Amino acid sequence: MTKLKVVHYLNQFFGQIGGEDHANITPLKKTGPIGPGLALKSALADQAEVVGTIICGDSYFAENMDTALKEIITFIKEYNPDLFISGPAFNAGRYGTACGAVAAAVEKELGIPAVTGMYIENPGADLYKKFIYIISTANSAIGMKAAIPKMAKLALKLANKEPLSTPEAEGYITRGIRKNFFTSETGAKRAVNMLVNKITGQPFTSELIMPTFDRVPPNPPVKDIRKATIALVTSGGIVPTGNPSHIESSSASKFGKYSLVGIVNLTPTTFQTAHGGYDPTYANQDADRVLPVDVLREMERLGAIGKLHDYYYATVGNGTSVANAALFGKVIAGELRNDGVDAVILTST
Amino acid sequence: MVKEIERAGLPIVHMCTIVPISKTVGANRILPTVAIPYPLGNPALTTEDEQTLRYTLIEKALKALSTEVEGQTVFE
Repeated sequence: MTKLKVVHYLNQFFGQIGGEDHANITPLKKTGPIGPGLALKSALADQAEVVGTIICGDSYFAENMDTALKEIITFIKEYNPDLFISGPAFNAGRYGTACGAVAAAVEKELGIPAVTGMYIENPGADLYKKFIYIISTANSAIGMKAAIPKMAKLALKLANKEPLSTPEAEGYITRGIRKNFFTSETGAKRAVNMLVNKITGQPFTSELIMPTFDRVPPNPPVKDIRKATIALVTSGGIVPTGNPSHIESSSASKFGKYSLVGIVNLTPTTFQTAHGGYDPTYANQDADRVLPVDVLREMERLGAIGKLHDYYYATVGNGTSVANAALFGKVIAGELRNDGVDAVILTST
Repeated sequence: MVKEIERAGLPIVHMCTIVPISKTVGANRILPTVAIPYPLGNPALTTEDEQTLRYTLIEKALKALSTEVEGQTVFE
């Protein structure tokens, strides 16, 4: 039996090119498996072979999505593969977005099955779960060993056109596809059983999980921006030099509140970034590139805004859980309201 | 964070480079920025040009905050 040909996609880090200082590399291709591809190779065993690996910098992809996708698809095509696998990306946002986008584009444009893997809270999961199969993984590379065999198994099933079982059994993130099947009990009986379980406090599983849409409608605009107090909030990790409140460089468990009184400009000696998910060179040179204090002070002076709020809030948005981020947002919003702030500019890296 | 601040009743503009992520987190006023490590700057420019770039971006952010929107809106 001839082996199926697999192409694997990795970022600069897993592709062993380098860290954040290499996040801007353009796509490149290498023959055979690399890094996690080696585990993939053994999981695919005698059924499929990783013929090539495409590597692209996370920032390059996120900042040039259309161009990067075209370049990557061209590289993948050259291998004429039967199957495509990207990641796993765990909870890395840019990487997850790339893994999802490339897998979805491969299915659409090359017509071959594609599988990726990521943590349920990765923004890439929400963006692409409708289009592709995403194996649900842990939130960090600790979960590599568990993720790879599931990805390989699902990919082979898709390539061999075997029927798939439920998302729970296969380990992928629910896509919202409905499939008819026969059960031994009628709907009426199942409904009554479910109700009995519910009122007697027994566990039960709904047969129709309703999607959760948590959208907040936009607030009315600021009436007169020239009189408004504007507050700055950032997930880009800008902190006073030395990071006094010790905000973690990833998976932040807290945010910081820092005074801007008397500060007209952020300098390399007074402010830095604590963020571990992007190249810190440029923010450390001039933190105004992430937290634009200098311009808002200028606008305050010129009367373009009423006032820049006396404090700014910062956290590190790098693998930070949605629950933590929501909590930070709630607490920050409460304080801003009490302080009479009219509107907020939130910057993200 | 953006969504919770909006929920509390404060108009908020999200300035970021990866617009699809901003959409999935539920931001309503979205303003695309320059690059991930320097959303409001550009080290390739002179200090003066960089300052102008930043000023222009913030002007757009203030305009977004002053504009009525129905749902998620990406300002250019």
